[in-house]
Amino acid sequence: MGNFGYLMDGFATVITAHHLMIMMIGVMLGILVGVLPGLGAPNGVSLLLPLTFTMDPISAIILLSCMYWGALFGGSTTSILFNIPGEPSSVATTFDGYPMAKNGQATRALTLAFMSAGIGALAGVVMITLLSGWVARFALQFSSPEFFAVYFLAFASFIGMSANAPAKTLVTMMLGFAFATVGMDTISGGLRLTFGIPDLIKGISFLVAVMGLFGIGELLLTTEEGLRFNGIKARVRPIDVLKTLKEMPRYGWSILRSTLIGIWMGITPAGPTAASFMSYGLARRFAKDKSQFGKGDPRGIVSPETADHSAGTSALLPMLALGVPGSATAAVMMGGLMIWGLTPGPMLFIDRPDFVWGLIASMYLGNVVAVLLVLTTVPLYASILRVPFSIVGPVIVAIIFSGAYQVASSTFDMWLVLGFGILGYLFKKLDYPIAPLVLAMVLGDKAEDAFRQSMLMSNGSLTIFWSNPLVSTIMALGVLMLLWPLIAKAAGLRRPRRPATGHPAKV
Amino acid sequence: MLKKITLALLAMTAAGPALAFEPTRPVEFVVTSGPGGGTDNFARTVQSIIAKHKLMDAPVVVTNKGGGSGAEGFVYAAGYKGDPYKLTFGTNNEYLLPSVAAVPYKPEDLTPVATLALDEFLIWVNGQSEFNDVKSFVEAAKAKPGALQFGGSQSKDTDQILVSTIADVTGAQFRYIPFKSGGEAAVQLAGGHIDGNVNNPNENRGQWQAGMVKPLCVFRPDRFPQSDPVHDGKGWHDIPTCAEAGLAIDNYRMPRTVWLPAGVDEDAVAFYRDVLKKVSETPEWADYAAKTSQTSQFMAGDDFVAYQANDRENVLKVLKREGWLVE
Repeated sequence: MGNFGYLMDGFATVITAHHLMIMMIGVMLGILVGVLPGLGAPNGVSLLLPLTFTMDPISAIILLSCMYWGALFGGSTTSILFNIPGEPSSVATTFDGYPMAKNGQATRALTLAFMSAGIGALAGVVMITLLSGWVARFALQFSSPEFFAVYFLAFASFIGMSANAPAKTLVTMMLGFAFATVGMDTISGGLRLTFGIPDLIKGISFLVAVMGLFGIGELLLTTEEGLRFNGIKARVRPIDVLKTLKEMPRYGWSILRSTLIGIWMGITPAGPTAASFMSYGLARRFAKDKSQFGKGDPRGIVSPETADHSAGTSALLPMLALGVPGSATAAVMMGGLMIWGLTPGPMLFIDRPDFVWGLIASMYLGNVVAVLLVLTTVPLYASILRVPFSIVGPVIVAIIFSGAYQVASSTFDMWLVLGFGILGYLFKKLDYPIAPLVLAMVLGDKAEDAFRQSMLMSNGSLTIFWSNPLVSTIMALGVLMLLWPLIAKAAGLRRPRRPATGHPAKV
Repeated sequence: MLKKITLALLAMTAAGPALAFEPTRPVEFVVTSGPGGGTDNFARTVQSIIAKHKLMDAPVVVTNKGGGSGAEGFVYAAGYKGDPYKLTFGTNNEYLLPSVAAVPYKPEDLTPVATLALDEFLIWVNGQSEFNDVKSFVEAAKAKPGALQFGGSQSKDTDQILVSTIADVTGAQFRYIPFKSGGEAAVQLAGGHIDGNVNNPNENRGQWQAGMVKPLCVFRPDRFPQSDPVHDGKGWHDIPTCAEAGLAIDNYRMPRTVWLPAGVDEDAVAFYRDVLKKVSETPEWADYAAKTSQTSQFMAGDDFVAYQANDRENVLKVLKREGWLVE
């Protein structure tokens, strides 16, 4: 029996009133934890875990995985409405989602995000259905040098994407690397940059930094600019949802590219955050007209969202097939699997096909349920922006600070949020880009580990990054991306310049 | 009725301090690993058993503080001196960490409550590996010093200490590559990127089932008890002990431990000790130990203290030899 037959069995297991009910509950709880910054999918899922101890494994995994989908959707909502990413992986969505909402097109931004997220997720599930065996073997080929190459590629595809002065980009990126090193070092086991402050041992949480830099920073700016959101005058009409759906096919190419990036990053597993950044960087790089990026370009929403969700979904495959979690949430679910008496690993597909294919079937249905649920509530979310800032502002501040506390139940983190908020405000005032800092913070630590592990393996020789076809290919792609602006320039010089017709005037 | 209550109240005031401790507000389970880690599974299993058998009236709140290899959780608990509502779950990292990193707590800042289980260590190699016994593995390492790579979880932690001990006992040289978790080391071994790891049974079981890795020997004094075959007709019981296979380390294990902050009343320690003792006697606990191939062993009081002193002494020898001690 092929995978298709197994899948049909899976659907037969899942389509029961009981399981559909669990799906709805999971998705709704997920949206809730996703919307609240700081709580996030990993925390939400671990809070729910004890409840599942007495459930049968299939119901339990449906509940947890649907919560995960819901959280991924919820995370985009706050990114777009308030510039506060509910999940690390939805940071890239803020770059264009928030400006679009600010321009009064919150409904459009949310619909674009949810639709592309849904497409990305479904693409991820289809990949799991078709390629589970092959992908598991492919993922096994990844070792430290390959991981480093992937991170290198992520950095390279992001370089040159901000319009700011290169020196400013460099400064913020280096700051990001410094923040990423705080805490215990995996390779040496020593403490770095903690300055004897006990609260810094655990390192600086990326979520805390992001909530401060984006959330508080933005609020300070809004306050300065006269206490209002520009979006409040916009009319929220449910018909806008349908209108936006009609424009989706226009972004077909962006969606396809982002899906591929997402699936690749999910299974390797570099995770949804790297995927969404990379996808955003590439969308901008390959766009003919870059002028609208950062000001509400639809492609700037569609690309990171598609990649985020296809990566988030694909990340479950390495967990099931290899026992290596592709994301923090997958790690928690893996803990759950063990408590329910299942061993994640290659044999799970053979020993418990009912469980694996039940889960995969539930991923199809769960994502459809999630998309329908969030799309119908778009107008509701979008109208939040019409509430006067004097009410919404303080509520956001309260949510941010309680969210920062929830990340690690640490009061010190609340001070950090404040610090990062001021930093974010200064950055915006002085025109320093925040994105490179965020990227360096997310991937800096992992890239460093991978690099030093590679160096240990090769006795300090850099040739390890060109030692097999896989790693060489990824490195070559990275170098190509890094040099792309130069290559493009050189190519452009050889051609006679075309007259700049229809070039938008610079603001 | 009223009389009864008055009497009870009187009795309580009279008995006062002599009355046994009983938690009256939520108890926080501080987990010194991230969600999904071995310590996390340990604490959540205990939580679920307490809830199922109603071993404690007060509710339980689990918080993960796994930053800095678990130092985050211990520092946090150490800050609640005398507070009997912070129960901390860990391994031997409680007394190991302060020796290898400049963490702001001392092992004495926490009171030992109990050890519930011992987790085992094995030498694993890739399923296609030419090595079928630990002797040939060690010989190969001797022939080419530093060529064989061991992967493990974290640096200067249980895995690396064991690898260092193996090197010291056999005179062979290995290269050690630290990863973030045992799970990562497991996949790297299954993919053939490293030559061996010293993972706990639970971290490699899935790969063994599929024949992607195979065990060479286990660091316990006797073989695993009989159980169902895992791969190719072989089960845990068929794995030789390392001592039996010619590697003279007869015991290396990691305790699953529970702690309270220093300065709590003896009553509180006794209360949790009893609860944990009851947990360790439930069928669910036996089931957890069997599934994860750990040895369920309840130790408290003097037993635990003696075990700890011995374990610490052994570890310190390695740390001194490798120059990893921090002052």
